[in-house]
Amino acid sequence: MQIDLRTVAIEPQRQAFDHLVRRFGNKPASRYQEGSYDIQAAENLHYRPTWDPDHQLYDASLTRIVMADWYALKDPRQFYYSTYTLTRARQQENAEANFSFVESRGLADMLPEALRATTLAVLLPLRHAAWGANQNNTFVCGYGYGVVFTQPCMYHAMDNLGIAQYLSRLGLLLGDTEALDAAKRDWMDSPAWQPLRRYVEDCMACRDPFELFVAQNLALDGLLYPLIYERIVDQHLSVQGGSAVAMLTQFMSDWFDETRKWIDAVIKVAAAESDANRALLEGWTRHWSARAASALLPVAELALGAQADEAMAEQLAAFKARAAKAGLTL
Amino acid sequence: MDMKVAKKKLGLKEKYRTMTRDLGWEPSYHSKDELFPYVGYEGIKIHDWDKWEDPFRLTMDAYWKYQAEKERKFYAIIDAHAQNNGHLNLTDARYLSALKIFLQAISPGEYAAHRGFARVGREFPGVGPQVACQMQAIDEIRHAQTQVHAMSNYNRYYNGFHAFADQRDRIWYTSVARSFFDDSMSAGPFEFMIAIGFSFEYVLTNLLFVPFMSGAAYNGDMATVTFGFSAQSDEARHMTLGLEVIKFILEQDPDNLPIVQNWIDKWFWRGFRVLGLVSTMMDYMLPKRVMSWREAWEIYGVENGGALFKDLARYGITPPKGWDDAGKAIDHMSHQFMLGLYQWSFGTAFHAWIPSDDDMRWLSAKYPDTFDTYYRPRWEHIKKMAAAGTPFKNYGLAKLCQTCQLPCVFTEPDDPTLTCHRETDYKEHKYHFCSDGCQHVFENEPEKYIQAWLPMPQLFQDPVNGDLGEWMKWVSLLDGKDNGDYADSEDKKNFEVWRGLATTNQ
Repeated sequence: MQIDLRTVAIEPQRQAFDHLVRRFGNKPASRYQEGSYDIQAAENLHYRPTWDPDHQLYDASLTRIVMADWYALKDPRQFYYSTYTLTRARQQENAEANFSFVESRGLADMLPEALRATTLAVLLPLRHAAWGANQNNTFVCGYGYGVVFTQPCMYHAMDNLGIAQYLSRLGLLLGDTEALDAAKRDWMDSPAWQPLRRYVEDCMACRDPFELFVAQNLALDGLLYPLIYERIVDQHLSVQGGSAVAMLTQFMSDWFDETRKWIDAVIKVAAAESDANRALLEGWTRHWSARAASALLPVAELALGAQADEAMAEQLAAFKARAAKAGLTL
Repeated sequence: MDMKVAKKKLGLKEKYRTMTRDLGWEPSYHSKDELFPYVGYEGIKIHDWDKWEDPFRLTMDAYWKYQAEKERKFYAIIDAHAQNNGHLNLTDARYLSALKIFLQAISPGEYAAHRGFARVGREFPGVGPQVACQMQAIDEIRHAQTQVHAMSNYNRYYNGFHAFADQRDRIWYTSVARSFFDDSMSAGPFEFMIAIGFSFEYVLTNLLFVPFMSGAAYNGDMATVTFGFSAQSDEARHMTLGLEVIKFILEQDPDNLPIVQNWIDKWFWRGFRVLGLVSTMMDYMLPKRVMSWREAWEIYGVENGGALFKDLARYGITPPKGWDDAGKAIDHMSHQFMLGLYQWSFGTAFHAWIPSDDDMRWLSAKYPDTFDTYYRPRWEHIKKMAAAGTPFKNYGLAKLCQTCQLPCVFTEPDDPTLTCHRETDYKEHKYHFCSDGCQHVFENEPEKYIQAWLPMPQLFQDPVNGDLGEWMKWVSLLDGKDNGDYADSEDKKNFEVWRGLATTNQ
């Protein structure tokens, strides 16, 4: 049966689901709203977790941050599964094109040996750091409260995994499995990497989902990505003839630019909620970003040598300004 | 020029290892117990996480690419469905009762699975299972969202969909599915995997999805068919994960067998009770039926399940304890359920109805041993009451089973004329059960199940205090719109008028 739209004008009985009308008024809801707001069970949870009987199955008190409504922490990108996946699929096509460009033109082989060595030494151990980030974001998704806060953390975790995988591909392209093995030995034992590994493991031991969000996504990645991918790859390595490396890490640069908007929005709203939240967030950010800076310094030295201190100081200043925009005075 | 050394070509398996398992490391700044605190308390012994066989090898770039392709198709079709008033292609708006139950009870389960898999995707100390669980975590939020999106357009035109989020937490019958998913999430990581990954996704999912999606196709619901098909390749991954989990656990240590067997017994029965709702859909709610619940059980329960448990016998696994009782219930449960739904339809955000003469002929043919003997006479009586203007409404409250939370409407496995009822005294309270299976589940973990939120006692507490109207407000049920007999419903009236507009010149 074919229905011709022009002959049938049916008046809808209602515009949107009740819970969305209550939040946004009586008008059609967006797919982001439908897929995100209030779809986590909120009342009459049946059983306490056997793994943590002092808490509820979903429990806002797992973090010290207090929100009157956790659904205030909206993702400005309005990512739900579909928009998230479509966005990453486009970026993935770009990354694929970049990888095949570098491969097909033999650009990897044209890299000066010293530059290749620096690239491998700095970038490859970061695949483990990215895996740590994956676990931490998976944790925040698992134990955080409210879908608009937890949902993007799952997407972020999968991005972290994707980044670890792009770094692995880069390692295989510029080096070999031996390069990956050597990087793992560095991650485990080399003094330059131990502060960072300790940082990541300390994060994994942190079970306050919001503090973990700050430690991983704001403090660590807020310093790591601009330092590594802008300062070291796009500037330092590129001027020495390493722009092929910048092509292979374009995904990470674009990704950081996009995701920081979400992270800042979350921090901003949480800090604006109350003085107590702001004080907590400032304390956490100060603590973790100071640690992150000292953990990243020996990594930066691998590429920048004596300039590392200065580069780190610039990053810290930029980070402070970014935090200030989100309402945190460091 | 430097000599070019040919690189070792990595096989698929090795390459995937590089992309996943090699990313992990043995922590040394914290103990493993500190970083993975929940993995030991259930008593499951894992000696070597590296023995985990990846059930599928999908890197993130490939995942984004494939999933985006499916998303594009899915939303193109449901957009077209909404624009073209696709809802008027339904066989009949009665069909929507099945969808309303799905949105209120099952879609929230998809979300719960999303969160549960995120938790185990962090808590297992092995990269292989972590990655597989994380992929399922992100798939499950996809399913929750595609379902809400597919049904959103029905909500604009039909009653019963509008308050699914409120009803998920408050209305009495959704606590059947809610308690099921809450039960799995509040269990430890290994039990969660056996509950959802194995029992639900592997053993029972075909009984839910295949009949549901075929039912949608048979009844002209392209929106639901589309999310079903779109989810299918995800489900295939989830099923291989479920099977890998159980084999991995059993191969790691013989001491794991009795623990796993106990979970299989429990989750088979829990799952069977939840899926009982599907039986009413197949036998009563689909205007154009696909097959009977009995026939679906033969294919997806007896044949597939039988083969599975034969396969698992080499590990010492035996078919679930409730298997025989389930078999005995098959010819009765849909009728018992639907009779219950009809008499309590004033309290449901979907419609029930008295089966037509044609429907009853079909039921007699599909259930030759039971329908005419036990259930037709009741329907005939109910029909007479309705015709006399005194429709049968049971304003008494259903006694709910403490474990599965269904009303105790089932009969003894060997006597269809006797209601099955079990009781257990625990810490000076009496608890009621619908079956031996549910009683066993309770008695194995009484401290868990005494916590269950039971919707009936809630009726007598704040803010409802025993007032039916207050209760309806509290559960966002619009009396005379969302509930009651389909025969007198707005849904029926509107559907007929709209379809008339679309198909005639009136």
